[in-house]
Amino acid sequence: MGNKTTFDFEANIDGALKDDQLRKNLRKAMDILVDKRRTVFPDTTYLEQLRSAGNAIKRRALKQLPRLLEQLEANCTKNGIQVHWAEDTAQANGIVLDILRRHEARDIVKGKSMVSEEMHLNHFLEKNDIEAIETDLGEFIIQLNHETPSHIIVPAIHKNKDEVAAIFNEKIPDTPYTEDVEELTAIARRVLRKRFAAAKVGLSGVNFAIAETGTLLLVENEGNGRMCTTVPEVHVAVMGLEKVLEKLSDVPPLLRLLTGSATGQTITTYVNMISSPRKSEEKDGPKEVHLVILDNGRSRMLADPEFRQTLLCIRCGTCLNHCPVYVRIGGHAYGHVYPGPIGKILTPQMEGLEQAGVLATASSLCGACGEVCPVRIPIPDLIRRLRNESYDQDGSAVVDGGGYKKNLAETLVWKGWELANRSPVLNEMGTRLAGTIGKRLPKVGPLEKWTRVRTSPKVARTSLHERARNEGVNDE
Amino acid sequence: MKTRNDPERPDTVYFFGTCLMDAVYPDAGMAAIRMLQNLGVKVVFPPGQSCCGQPAYNSGFVQEARTVARQQIRSFDRPYPIIVPSGSCAGMMKHHYPTLFAGTPDEVAARRFSERVYEWSEYLATVLAVALEDRGDPLTITWHSSCHALREMDVIQHSKALIRQLKNVTLVELERETECCGFGGTFAVKQPAISAAMVKDKVADIRRTGATTLVAGDCGCLMNITGAMEHGGVAIAGKHLAEFLWERTNGQ
Repeated sequence: MGNKTTFDFEANIDGALKDDQLRKNLRKAMDILVDKRRTVFPDTTYLEQLRSAGNAIKRRALKQLPRLLEQLEANCTKNGIQVHWAEDTAQANGIVLDILRRHEARDIVKGKSMVSEEMHLNHFLEKNDIEAIETDLGEFIIQLNHETPSHIIVPAIHKNKDEVAAIFNEKIPDTPYTEDVEELTAIARRVLRKRFAAAKVGLSGVNFAIAETGTLLLVENEGNGRMCTTVPEVHVAVMGLEKVLEKLSDVPPLLRLLTGSATGQTITTYVNMISSPRKSEEKDGPKEVHLVILDNGRSRMLADPEFRQTLLCIRCGTCLNHCPVYVRIGGHAYGHVYPGPIGKILTPQMEGLEQAGVLATASSLCGACGEVCPVRIPIPDLIRRLRNESYDQDGSAVVDGGGYKKNLAETLVWKGWELANRSPVLNEMGTRLAGTIGKRLPKVGPLEKWTRVRTSPKVARTSLHERARNEGVNDE
Repeated sequence: MKTRNDPERPDTVYFFGTCLMDAVYPDAGMAAIRMLQNLGVKVVFPPGQSCCGQPAYNSGFVQEARTVARQQIRSFDRPYPIIVPSGSCAGMMKHHYPTLFAGTPDEVAARRFSERVYEWSEYLATVLAVALEDRGDPLTITWHSSCHALREMDVIQHSKALIRQLKNVTLVELERETECCGFGGTFAVKQPAISAAMVKDKVADIRRTGATTLVAGDCGCLMNITGAMEHGGVAIAGKHLAEFLWERTNGQ
């Protein structure tokens, strides 16, 4: 995941497309999620108003991001939360490790956090002899199977019930095979309860951090998030710096958009609002709360007025659920932490175009992602922008690796296309030529790819230009 | 169902034939023109027209896209409405030209051009308020919505309203009507495996309707889907909406 050398997108795609079970699991799950979202937002006018509100709130936050982050730090500190800044994932990992070492912790219980995936925290901790225990049921399943999340909200969505049953039976000692969902859940609970009780440190992500009050808001459905943030003596929260909101009143519309878009829920089972460690008169809660705020390329995105919109994202995952490409190849094929449409725009900006620019080619620009995005990120426009940056015709690229795809052959093709389409004479000659020799064109290059599953386009002997002229259509 | 502020019936309209209609589907192009003429509108086909520029625009070749787009702006310089028989090309000309020319000397001209762009079925159903008389035999068809007609131009209700005027035609909708067919211009050859999987599913969906004809409003999707059906030996005809309506209303 995210390694510079191991990403073969084409092979990943071919593998995924051939995996019938995977495709069946994905289609079934995505259909359910799409349907649930539709059910929870039956009134499209209301939804469109809500999306506009969500966009406006997040844009306002981004506009004053440095100030809000300072305010968040000040208010968190006042509340007794210790704030740490990490410019990159190595720094963030170092901060978490320091905290663990200070408390002589040998393990850490984790709630679901995509930023911790971005940090490759589990792998890092393992190298430092600390065991990271995923406690979200989906994360628990894939950790047992040594996999990474294939979806940012439902990490084990690529697995069906039978596959989970087999994993539990094989990987958890003394576990009989069962496909009963309640029994499977009970097994996970039994394993995890012991770990919650024993762990000194718990980790969580953050859905929204409210600058005005110094509050960390976390949504979840299993209660594991609450366990991770209240049972151990120490709670470490990790967040990307774009998660900050100006005020508490910004939360309700965004919360509604987040849970409705993600899982089709009006609200999640648990909404945790964490504002301080345990107070002296309180009987439970962590004695220390830490907040790690990660940049990892986000400031660079913020600097560009168009790419900045990437940071509007509230990680609901609905763009994945609605994407005709994601539903066919699944999250692992993207080869990086963030898959799907949001991954296509986020990953190349984080990792550079040379490493991940190819992701931007995996879109038909159908617009389904932009249509459903709860904060109105124009994902297709940003995909197009990344394609522009990949060739960087005017030397204006801002993403690392800008112009990495520049090549003479492709440039000549498009120059030829331009010439044929700006000169009426050449245009007509070209169409006529294609009409005459079209059938005999050798099936190489793009035509070879096209004709793998389709017949060749049949170029007409007489073009519309000629027909219009011959059949008396006015030309002025 | 007037959709614009300038819904008055014009004497003259421009017709933009699209590069795919020009080369591959001229019959559909002529049908679209004839339908307009039959409604008493003078149709002008500027011979200098070529392509909207979208293939380059979506592939990272903005400069080439701009040059070709400029050729269209110059060719359609009179203040007539520009009728485009493709939701995708219309979306490009209406919604992306202003961005493509932002900050260039042609920005104002591009905006004026964009304001005049209509998708063909939208124009027939709204401004011209066409009443269609079906002269064809009973027929079951299905309809494919192009993504850009659906999401950029938002004209699918108009295309389907025209089909629903045909009394002998039964429209069976696709199960996944709003899902992309996998064409996506250069996407089909830059990501051929994903595109192939998408069109395969689309063809299966079409077959499940039991329709004998697939009607679509965009030649790109049509070329993709009919190409795949033909390759797979599926005996379902594909037709552009304009050609389909022309044939039905002329008893062909």
